[in-house]
Amino acid sequence: MTVPSLTVEDIQDTLSVRFAGDMRTAVLDAVARQAGGVSAKTGRVMLDLSNVSAFDTGGAWVVVSLRQRLETGGATVELKGLSPAWAALVETVGEYADNPDSDEAPPRGFVPWVESIGAGTVGAWANTVSILGFFGLTLHRMARALLMPWRLRWAPLVKQMEEVGLKAIPIVALMGFLIGVVLAFQGAVQLRQFGAEVFVVDLISISILRELGILLTSIIVAGRSGSAFTASIGSMKVQEEIDAMRALGLDPVEVLVVPRTLALLIMLPLLGFIADMAGLLGGALMSWINLGVSPGMFVTRLQETTDIWHLAVGLIKAPFFAMVIGVIACWHAMQVRGSAQSVGQSTTASVVQSIFAVIAIDALFSIFFSEIGV
Amino acid sequence: MTKPQQDREAIIRVRGLKNQFGKQVVHENLDLDVWKGEVLGVVGGSGTGKSVLLRTIVGLNTPAAGSIEVLGVDVLRAPDQERMEISRSWGVAFQNGALFSSLTVLQNVMAPMREHLNLSDSLMRHLGELKIGLVGLPQFACTKFPSELSGGMVKRAALARALTLDPAIVFLDEPTAGLDPIGAAAYDDLIGELQQALGLTVFMVTHDLDSLYAICDRVAVLAEKRVLVEGPIGDMNAVDHPWVQEYFTGPRARAAQHKVRSC
Repeated sequence: MTVPSLTVEDIQDTLSVRFAGDMRTAVLDAVARQAGGVSAKTGRVMLDLSNVSAFDTGGAWVVVSLRQRLETGGATVELKGLSPAWAALVETVGEYADNPDSDEAPPRGFVPWVESIGAGTVGAWANTVSILGFFGLTLHRMARALLMPWRLRWAPLVKQMEEVGLKAIPIVALMGFLIGVVLAFQGAVQLRQFGAEVFVVDLISISILRELGILLTSIIVAGRSGSAFTASIGSMKVQEEIDAMRALGLDPVEVLVVPRTLALLIMLPLLGFIADMAGLLGGALMSWINLGVSPGMFVTRLQETTDIWHLAVGLIKAPFFAMVIGVIACWHAMQVRGSAQSVGQSTTASVVQSIFAVIAIDALFSIFFSEIGV
Repeated sequence: MTKPQQDREAIIRVRGLKNQFGKQVVHENLDLDVWKGEVLGVVGGSGTGKSVLLRTIVGLNTPAAGSIEVLGVDVLRAPDQERMEISRSWGVAFQNGALFSSLTVLQNVMAPMREHLNLSDSLMRHLGELKIGLVGLPQFACTKFPSELSGGMVKRAALARALTLDPAIVFLDEPTAGLDPIGAAAYDDLIGELQQALGLTVFMVTHDLDSLYAICDRVAVLAEKRVLVEGPIGDMNAVDHPWVQEYFTGPRARAAQHKVRSC
């Protein structure tokens, strides 16, 4: 492909603009810029394409836009050296090329910036209201499903329980085990200085049972199942499946949201319990290896010093976390609009917000439990 | 409309193509020529592999056997560089548009230029707007996202994107499916016009008998895992095959034929 060129000659009263080379889109850049610089006094202009070896819509656009610009300037423009096919192309392009520049840069400056903050705040408030409304709606549908169990969709519920619960067991158990190991190891280093190795049992059991087991399980489930909820329901939204459900008289909240949230409600406490047990196991193992606290001693100490309430405090929080994860994930799915990118954005937002909400609620619970003295 | 055999130049030449998914053989020993500057309509019952054939030619599907030449280049065996070059000489409009949902229509149309060519932004924008105008979309469609467009507009935008690099060949997968008859007829006219104006070769998978009669120079019928018969649509009535007979002499075909003759 030869790069096209343009020569301008002023012969008597006619300005002659000669194009040469391949007038094709791929190599058009330079000649388009040159053509943009051609100016004519009023008079005759001859656009000569006799030496052009190839031509496409891009080339035709350059010729057409030059002609239009010169003609609006008052010149009379003639085209020369066009084959009939090219002339037809120029004509076709000419019909559509008269569009003015539509460069709309986004507004910049202080006022638009303040405005965007305001819009963001209003948007955040609207989202909060909307999410609370969705929470209420989900609660209502769940209550109805529990009062009328035949309305509950059992097959999807069980399927979701498998997805969010059963399949998460390996990762949750491994996570709990490793947390136990880390706590035992770190605790041992500190407690050995005081000869208080045996307190490592209290450290492990209380921190895992009360806080870490359920908190980290919830974070894993938010990342694992929350994202799956948002992505799957969000894609359904993009594909208009949600609209199809509504049109068929099905309630998407009842069909999609209730089984997922209910599955989380049932499975998250169980997963939390598994994480607790795995954590104790890891802690016991590490205490034995590192501190010489035998498993028997570990169990005895556990039974003596760790109240069952520690376990209860941890597990009481699980259904709340489950509800928050499920509602936030499904609400974000319902906010998906049109594009695939929107699914991605909603999924990210859903995971970040549900993890944040879980941690925030956990903090509230710690205050609450310490106030009531458990 | 069909030119004599000798001065035809095959722009796509498919030989001995075999496509297989698992145990299911879709194409076997399929031969097909597409001549330069023609509009070829590919028809066939559901599941005869029309779209698979299109996808195979544009390299989205690797066949089990056979050769495909596009513009004289063996696209299956050519080095990557050459294959990339050749892929710029065709444009594909997918069945559901396949527009990038996170880009506006104008950005969609500009995307191939942005990726492949070194042009200034304003030139690309002008050319993009030109292509959008060419396919009959109003200028306000430029800033719309694909999800905000009607089905017919999406199809037109997909065609605009396919035309961006001024390809020699345009592949259309069911271009008029799902359009209302008026929209479909307008789209047919548009393809005919663009084909004339830009000298395109059009490879069109379609079910729309109206399109076949209105703009296709030639029809290739896929059946029994190969191109059963090809030729001008007028010759199809004489083909002695139950599916072809039913397709081209059924009530809908007669209606479409009648419509073309009467106008």
